[in-house]
Amino acid sequence: MPNIKTLAQREEKEIRFTPGHTLCAGCAEPMVVRTVLNAIEDPVVVASPTGCLEVATSRFPGTAWNVPWIHVAFENAAAVISGVEAAHKALTKTGAVRRRIRFVVFAGDGGTYDIGLQALSGALERGHDFLYVCINNEAYMNTGVQRSSATPRCASATTSPVGDAIPGKPQDRKDLTEIVVGHHVPYVGQAAVSNLIDLANKVERAMKHDGPKFLNVLTTCPLGWRTPRDSAIVQAKLAVETRYWPLYEVIEGRYTINYKPKKDVPVEEWLKSQGRFRHLFRDPKGKVLIAEFQAAVDRHWDHLVRKEKCLSGAEADQG
Amino acid sequence: MRKVMTGHKAVAEAMRQIEPDVVAVYPITPQSEIAEYYADYVHDGIVHTELVPVESEHSAMSACVGAAAAGARVMTATSSQGLALLVEVLYIAAGLRLPIVMALANRALSAPINIHCDHSDAYLARDAGAFQIFCESAQEAYDYTLIAQRIAEHDMVRLPGIVNLDGFSLTHTSQVVEPLDDAVAKKFVGAFKAVHPLLDVKKPVTWGPFAMPDYYFELKRAQAAAMEEVPAAFLSVQKAFAKTSGRAYAGFVEKYRLDDADRALVVLGSTAGTAKVAVDALREKGEKVGLLKVWLYRPFPYCEVASALEKVKHVGVLDRAISFGAMGALYSDVATSLRRSQSRPALHNYIYGLGGRDITVEQLAEVLEGLGKVRPDEGLRYIGLRE
Repeated sequence: MPNIKTLAQREEKEIRFTPGHTLCAGCAEPMVVRTVLNAIEDPVVVASPTGCLEVATSRFPGTAWNVPWIHVAFENAAAVISGVEAAHKALTKTGAVRRRIRFVVFAGDGGTYDIGLQALSGALERGHDFLYVCINNEAYMNTGVQRSSATPRCASATTSPVGDAIPGKPQDRKDLTEIVVGHHVPYVGQAAVSNLIDLANKVERAMKHDGPKFLNVLTTCPLGWRTPRDSAIVQAKLAVETRYWPLYEVIEGRYTINYKPKKDVPVEEWLKSQGRFRHLFRDPKGKVLIAEFQAAVDRHWDHLVRKEKCLSGAEADQG
Repeated sequence: MRKVMTGHKAVAEAMRQIEPDVVAVYPITPQSEIAEYYADYVHDGIVHTELVPVESEHSAMSACVGAAAAGARVMTATSSQGLALLVEVLYIAAGLRLPIVMALANRALSAPINIHCDHSDAYLARDAGAFQIFCESAQEAYDYTLIAQRIAEHDMVRLPGIVNLDGFSLTHTSQVVEPLDDAVAKKFVGAFKAVHPLLDVKKPVTWGPFAMPDYYFELKRAQAAAMEEVPAAFLSVQKAFAKTSGRAYAGFVEKYRLDDADRALVVLGSTAGTAKVAVDALREKGEKVGLLKVWLYRPFPYCEVASALEKVKHVGVLDRAISFGAMGALYSDVATSLRRSQSRPALHNYIYGLGGRDITVEQLAEVLEGLGKVRPDEGLRYIGLRE
């Protein structure tokens, strides 16, 4: 299993994602990209849909990508990688390509949970051999912090603002990780940018499997979450500690929770540190909403613990 | 060897001979049979193609773009609503200079939903950056699929191409077709040459970058330059095909009994066959009528259309779709062609055959006979419409 040293050594040998991109100061996305790419030893081809990562890394005539990379549109990264992977299969048959190549998608939550869901579902069902990484910062940050179906309940976004009548987003986020589990693919995992070694281990375990692999990585956006620029790691860590964002994986249908917080940290701790939830602490009705939020977190965690109990996986424990 | 086959089978046979590395396709009436025939070839193991049975046309073209950028020869097929769904990605395929050939079984666009032929789908993709060819017969659908592949992959072109065949009237009717022998067809199409493939991991390339006002304009101009290379590529590939096949193809348009004609029709697609019968019937009666059939619709052969119609006094342009709020799309192109013509023939625009409405020899003969008797340029006229 990789550790910080081996990841650093790999990056020293080959810088796959270079500095000089235009992602915001404090953005956590590059850490996810570098960790994933450094955790894969084989050559890779990367596809990204439209989004922050795409616009900030590929401004013509420059590029931050030192691996083959393609962007086509917003809703189709999984379909694009399907084509790349199919081409690799066909050209391997004819002998035109001999090398083993791994295929990776880095996509935002908008391009995954919402507009790209159909293409993702199709690619998962068809069984292409690829790793799809959802860099989930819980809203459409590239277009100006509009709500997505990954945005948590109550969060203020520019299309779910805190108004006199409606205090932020009224709906719960979609549980995309479990939707992917429903496709019965070999590997599904949930990770966070605060736990990079866990993320690297997950990538390494995922890549042992042929077929579709999916990782949902909670990735702080200080701009959209309205947190300090140096808060990306702390914020994601708090999401994990409060059980808002459990680190777990489902390998061949077997559940493993990779990290179980020892203390009960209320989700309020995570909420109160972010500007997008500030209204919950100013309005007297906020207490009820926070209690509902906590109940949803508890219910989700409870479901997960039960699933692990019924369908426990051993592969993760073995390392 | 001459065989009886549908337009679909003719296209599928050409695709089998081209044997692309990847075919990504989604079913839609009246295109589905192309996908079905090709799935048979793949599942019977007679082609090495990877079939990607996608969940939508949007993903079909997206997978084609991914595969083509990866370095594979790629084909697909669609129709109507499917074209409408994938047209976003067709623009991108053209912008990325990817030689993806697509059969388009022409069908009317909704609403109301309809499964039969008109050209509203082809017109929708008119400005996408793909070259477009219209076919009169199953034989032409076969021939132009092979020809389109070579044009698309031409070094100076590298653009997507659409081969139009009229839904049902060509796709589902059986005609006599003479395909090339497999070896001859394969030799004609030649080997595929990938340009900056994604799978060349030692030379990493960024495909589909973000271009701001400082570069976007120049990149689109360069794309237009590639389109400007299509006519020359079309003529040279068509000539090579004529030599290989022995079939008399020459030029962007087919001129039928046009030399001494004073009245003529301009059409796209299978209606040309019906129009030829109408022209023959009127010629029997001594009427000087003719037909101009346009093979290459995009890029539009303005000069050739102008010179073909130079001596004609009255021209009826037939559009199989309404361009709402404007004259017909083909009419507008013909009018543009004739803007510098000395003779300035009188132009008439007829809309016909929407949603698969039949167009008959008698109706076309009536239009030809009426040219010169009705006042030109008086807006749209409709053939076979209950008013």
